[in-house]
Amino acid sequence: MGNSNGDSGEVQQERQRNCDISNSWNKMKGITEENMPKECDSSTVELRARKNGFKDNVVEAAPTNGCLKNCTANTTQCATANGTACSNSNSNSKQSLYTPAKKLSEFAAEHTRKTSFEEVPLHTACLTYLGFYLLMILGYINQLLFVPKVAKEENREGYVTLYDAFESFYSRYVYRRVRDCWNRPICSVPGDEVTLKDRVTNDYGWSFQFTGTETRCLNLGSYNYLGFADATGPCAEQSEETAREMGLAMTSTRVELGTTQLHLDLESLTARYLGVEDAIVFGMGFATNALNLPSLISPGCLVLSDEKNHASIILGLRLSGATTKVFKHNNMRDLERVLRYNVVHGNSKNGGKPWKKILILVEGVFSMEGSIVRLPEIIALKKKYKAYLYLDEAHSIGAMGPHGGGAVDYFGADPKDIDILMGTFTKSFGSAGGYIAGSKRLIDFLRTNSHAHCYASSMSPPIAQQIYTSMSIIMGLDGTDTGRQKINQLARNTRYFRRRLAQMGVITYGHEDSPVVPMLVYLFSKIGAVVRTLTTRHIAVVGVGFPATPIMEGRIRYCLSAAHTKEQLDYALEVIDEISDRLGLKYSRKPREPNTIEY
Amino acid sequence: MVAIPYLFNEIERIFQNTPLYVIVLEGFLLLSVIWLLFVKRNGRGKRFSREEEEAIIANYEPEPLVANTNPNHPLLKTHLVQSKVGKRVVVDGNDCLNLATHNYLGLLEDKKILEDACNTLKKYGVGSCGPRGFYGTMDVHLDLEDRLAKFMGMEESVVYSYGFSTIASAIPAYAKRGDVVFADEMVNFSIQKGLDASRSTIYYYKHNDMADLERLLIEQQARDAKNPKKAAKTRRFLVAEGIYINTGEICPLPALVALRAKYKLRLFLDESISFGTLGKTGHGLTEHFNVELIEVDLIMAGMENSLATIGGFCVGSHFIVEHQRLSGLGYCFSASLPPLLTQAAISALDRFESEPQMFAELQQIARKVQEVFGKFSKLTLRANELSPVKHLYIAEQRANAEEECELLTKIANKCIAAGVAVIEARYLNNLEKHPIRQSMRVTVNRLLTDADIKHAYDVIERVSKEVL
Ligand SMILES: Cc1ncc(COP(=O)(O)O)c(C=O)c1O
Repeated sequence: MGNSNGDSGEVQQERQRNCDISNSWNKMKGITEENMPKECDSSTVELRARKNGFKDNVVEAAPTNGCLKNCTANTTQCATANGTACSNSNSNSKQSLYTPAKKLSEFAAEHTRKTSFEEVPLHTACLTYLGFYLLMILGYINQLLFVPKVAKEENREGYVTLYDAFESFYSRYVYRRVRDCWNRPICSVPGDEVTLKDRVTNDYGWSFQFTGTETRCLNLGSYNYLGFADATGPCAEQSEETAREMGLAMTSTRVELGTTQLHLDLESLTARYLGVEDAIVFGMGFATNALNLPSLISPGCLVLSDEKNHASIILGLRLSGATTKVFKHNNMRDLERVLRYNVVHGNSKNGGKPWKKILILVEGVFSMEGSIVRLPEIIALKKKYKAYLYLDEAHSIGAMGPHGGGAVDYFGADPKDIDILMGTFTKSFGSAGGYIAGSKRLIDFLRTNSHAHCYASSMSPPIAQQIYTSMSIIMGLDGTDTGRQKINQLARNTRYFRRRLAQMGVITYGHEDSPVVPMLVYLFSKIGAVVRTLTTRHIAVVGVGFPATPIMEGRIRYCLSAAHTKEQLDYALEVIDEISDRLGLKYSRKPREPNTIEY
Repeated sequence: MVAIPYLFNEIERIFQNTPLYVIVLEGFLLLSVIWLLFVKRNGRGKRFSREEEEAIIANYEPEPLVANTNPNHPLLKTHLVQSKVGKRVVVDGNDCLNLATHNYLGLLEDKKILEDACNTLKKYGVGSCGPRGFYGTMDVHLDLEDRLAKFMGMEESVVYSYGFSTIASAIPAYAKRGDVVFADEMVNFSIQKGLDASRSTIYYYKHNDMADLERLLIEQQARDAKNPKKAAKTRRFLVAEGIYINTGEICPLPALVALRAKYKLRLFLDESISFGTLGKTGHGLTEHFNVELIEVDLIMAGMENSLATIGGFCVGSHFIVEHQRLSGLGYCFSASLPPLLTQAAISALDRFESEPQMFAELQQIARKVQEVFGKFSKLTLRANELSPVKHLYIAEQRANAEEECELLTKIANKCIAAGVAVIEARYLNNLEKHPIRQSMRVTVNRLLTDADIKHAYDVIERVSKEVL
């Protein structure tokens, strides 16, 4: 502390440089020098100045801090300019999919064309049900014949049993058969490849022992969309530096002694990244949904929630006490039907009084379906019926859109049309935590009402640093085009992989630009078979079955990453092709692309 | 019996004699009556024409998404921390003695733990990029679970990625709709949210008041006697905190255990503060009271206090804990704890085991602080003497909470300016189930010396005299 005079010149210089860099981000998003307000310069986020905020004494730290707090008006203006400019530019650029010029109906048709939810052949459907019931019957016989080896509750005789009978039956006799396909321990970075710790079971899945060997696999299972999961490189280095400087945790909440300049900078960078006025960050993505939704809605409000929404959203809605109506997955006609009915008829439990608020709750990319939200149509509906929109971009932020700005960026929508932008840092940013972004009014409200902000632990500094650095790289603030390359690589990998799978004749769900690729295998037992076989061929994938999906729709999920190379994908595709033949997974009856697919 | 064939004959005759169209018509009539009775009633109440609908839509004025926030709201004015939050901390430019963050054992400043965590970072990167089920389980997670279970001498433990969600997920994994939960009225906010999520019936008993708890239990017995069928399916739970963050008091575990056994309840204990602070070797409340572990069904704790990292865990028998791996929402549906923070917890446990005298030291300091801080002229102290969390209330109670809050904020700010970091405890008062009196929450750090405590006392005493 106290060496401020010495390097204030340096700081000045650095600010200048950072300003240049941030201008380049604005340019990237289509802001030209002329239409950017002058005040913007002073309030742009300084990439490295934050570091100085810690090292120098208060005199030096104060301006940064003061600027963030006092110049909110400037920031607001800047963000406004940013947002509108962004949408303008996108409407002119070729990359944008949805433009005002293009009619909504045309867009809708295009989205439908690019999205596929091919229906299962009837005989497979029957077999799947039969297979599942067979498994259940076998389970029951098993339970009758063999004394189950399960742990018993001790010292609680005469108590009401703790678990639901079906639930424990299901986990013991059905899930146990394929238990080895989940919770597999790894012992490496979850990067483009991952090292599995091999384990065996000698008692049909009741317990596992490590063999001491390891299997190196191509990683198609982790949510490492942009490849920021890395133990070396700028993110890891800066995180380490921050850990040494600030420690591993704050052992306090944000509103007590848990707010550092890093947290504030991360929040303003997130807001800028998304093109909105303000943002607030939390230490866990799950908690971001579960602990903020109750502050935003209350009994007397109506929530229209997509049927495939994530558990954290459902929990948040349950805690809020608002009325929830579920609409069919990504089905705009159903959404409009429910929306219209409820605006017209009001709250039937309350004598038809109008709903206090109506909130539409959707995700950007649905993690089990691989589909992309029909954002432009939802925005149109929301405006027509004066509803609010909450968009969970957990899987889309970073991974979608020409600038990695999520579904909003992908469609070239105006971020201000989405009232509440939520997302997590667990996936594309290779870190942990979540954010909510939107108008200053919204974020101020959350700062004073959010459960997580007031009661939960503040984000760990090295975790926050990882996000800050990776976000800067995505935005190009580091002065390189690494971020841009990663985004392009992911988009390319996605298209290639999905088209090759379609050509093979397996059924995949979702939109052709979504990096989450579910491949349908239907039968419960096939999930296990595919996951195990792929492991022997050194490919790690995720299988998903009942209860996470309908009984019918067991699937294998591939998550693509910018870290994958064409060679790696080719290898995976070759193996998938082979085992799909062997296990009979080529259910698709669509015509297949006859020509080779270019990368 | 003889009449039945006759009846059939008769019906047949009627049908033969009536023309077909009458039967069809009557059929229609019957159907429309059914439709009127059932479908119409369940269906939409009113019917609007297209124009009416459009008019209603045009006139619909929803409430604003959020209310306006007062720019002077106390929660908008947070302090800026500019250093590691160790025994000393730089707050808003003031180098302070830290009496505000929950780093009781001082492990946040431990070099060895930091080094281990950085090495893990260099091996695994920062994030885990997946939930536990989907390649988010790293060997460090299994290690930590193993170590925690062994440390506590229980069969199994499960690690979550956030302290708040640990507690808020563990409770509703067991307590469901129709169940009954008895909880202390002063339980922390994460327990309250866990109880909300369970949708069970909740009865709050007066803070640490066993007579009141027993009264509620007897009432429950009476309800059960009325409806034994339902009672046979109703699970009963008892939820308490080891040390209450809202009061600094310790829960009377032996009495709770006795009631638990008498009324056949299952006991869930939140040891977020007591883990690593109470007991000779830091095992928490059970060790402190010398209660058999089997008497407690589930111990839950955040790792954000004495372990000085992020996350939380539950520990108990295999039968109980394993269930959370499929039913703990925050466990299944969230990315696992970043490996470097997991390693920090393992290394902190190493220290627990290698330096068990830490806990006695901390308890000694807590006693000392209790003794010294009990003497403020304008503030009253509340806490158990062993608790590292203590509350200071304004001695002369003011008319309303806002006024007290303002005064406390003023004191805290002045203390910070004078080099002692204390902070008024922050709550969302309108959301707490029971009103909590505004206080300054003081935390005890093992590394404090007698001189530090004396200095802190002097500063707080001077400032509080100035302000009050
Ligand atoms: C849509 C959605 N929201 C929230 C989350 C939770 O995020 P986190 O893993 O950071 O807790 C997930 C993670 O799986 C998700 O898919």
